[in-house]
Amino acid sequence: MIFVSKKIAKKASGWILDGNHAAAQGIKLSRVQVIAAYPITPQSPVTETLSEFVERGELDAEYIAVESEHSALAVCTSASIVGARTFTATSAHGLAYMHEMLHWAAGSRLPVVLVCVNRAMGAPWNVLNDQQDSISQRDTGWIQIYTRNNQEIIDSIIQAYKIAESVYVPVMVCYDGYVLSHTEMPVDVPAQKDVDRFLPPYRPHTILDPANPKNYNLVTLANPRVNAEGVLCHGYMELRYLLQEALQNSRETIIRVGQEFGELFGRSYANMFWENRLDDADVVIVAMGSLAMEAIVAADMLREAGHKVGVLGLRVFRPFPKADVIKALKKSRLVVVFDKNISYGLEGATCSEIKSALYGSSVSAVVRNFIVGLGGRDVKARELVDAVNKSLLSVKEGDLNKEYPEWICDI
Amino acid sequence: MGTRDCQHICGESSPAVGEAGKTGEWRDSFPVIDQEKCLPVRQNKPSCFLCWLYCPDAVISRTIPIKINMEYCKGCGICAQVCPAHAITMVHEEEFCPNGTD
Repeated sequence: MIFVSKKIAKKASGWILDGNHAAAQGIKLSRVQVIAAYPITPQSPVTETLSEFVERGELDAEYIAVESEHSALAVCTSASIVGARTFTATSAHGLAYMHEMLHWAAGSRLPVVLVCVNRAMGAPWNVLNDQQDSISQRDTGWIQIYTRNNQEIIDSIIQAYKIAESVYVPVMVCYDGYVLSHTEMPVDVPAQKDVDRFLPPYRPHTILDPANPKNYNLVTLANPRVNAEGVLCHGYMELRYLLQEALQNSRETIIRVGQEFGELFGRSYANMFWENRLDDADVVIVAMGSLAMEAIVAADMLREAGHKVGVLGLRVFRPFPKADVIKALKKSRLVVVFDKNISYGLEGATCSEIKSALYGSSVSAVVRNFIVGLGGRDVKARELVDAVNKSLLSVKEGDLNKEYPEWICDI
Repeated sequence: MGTRDCQHICGESSPAVGEAGKTGEWRDSFPVIDQEKCLPVRQNKPSCFLCWLYCPDAVISRTIPIKINMEYCKGCGICAQVCPAHAITMVHEEEFCPNGTD
């Protein structure tokens, strides 16, 4: 691997950054041209830091102050359609308010990058962390990437632009509010010239030119139509098929971009999820975001007690890596999925996805689901250990299927 | 033959006559002009043309007599409403051609 190490960027420097400042650095390094965001806890420091960069002339971007999150994303989609690299950030209620425009960005195939600092949804009011906000937007056609620590935040944002601009699908980079957003840790900040080498300028597929006028997002009815030049053009359904196809095919790009990033910066992201000791594991903990780090601590404790436990830390939630999950869980007999979100009336979203991936495969593991950490409830490694032990015991007693998830709370 | 040949990945078109298809196919009512009542015809000079002014699809000509491009007339009936001489009547397509023929 000498060839690889030669290419590794050398000028990277170690900083102590919280998640929000790591995100702002990633945006700056990505040479974003238009930023429109509305402050909301716990995302506010991202927008504040970016506005300072623009004010001080450190970032050559247009910072557009808007009156709402809906407008923020409307500005980003409009700027993206004329060829600018755009960014917005939000949390919880702000993301919910963007819901309509999330569909517009994805439907128009605009490579907007959005940072979602994961926060619980009201009611009741709560400003602390869970993943209900971004999970509630999973069907809007965005790629969703979850990060475990602040290094992954900065790295994922830089990669997000390359992915989005390759497959023309917007990307949401998610990280846990407070757990990451307001927690400082060492972060390797890449040098600008290396990021420039990694991330080429944005080439839009939508060209607005007075000499060649275009309509975008015109009313597109059910059936294909023949345009004025006699070409058969997509109907609504064909365009929606193409969005699904783009997400289905984006896995390859996500892996390739993650690998290229690794070759240049020494941190490889050539994966859809992080694997921790899955090789011999017959019990697998599944978690997403910072919880996947806590799960590693829990797995260590369970290993000490003699259990063969591994961790699958989901990184890319959309597109969901079904085939990779089946492969990774091949040896498992028990899969314990921890969700910081819930699809009310059913179960945690990642649990549903894991079960759906395993359906019809050769993996016949028992799947257990625990709802944890809602509204910033602390999740301790000890609690994860107890949940796994409880699951092992109940499986041993022949309790294979539970209709609904178990909750780690005091009710 | 699928629609991939258009090579679009989002809803896209170039402004041109007919870009939205032959919108006359949407019509269920038909403007019938009584030329003897139409003011420009009666006066034999360019006048009135309110129908031309108000037509949202710009399918009415400012000529004597006026002509309506039926390939794109959607049959909205605004011309009939604005005509001060009541020279335009909207007729249902099936009344006009009861056997479903032109």
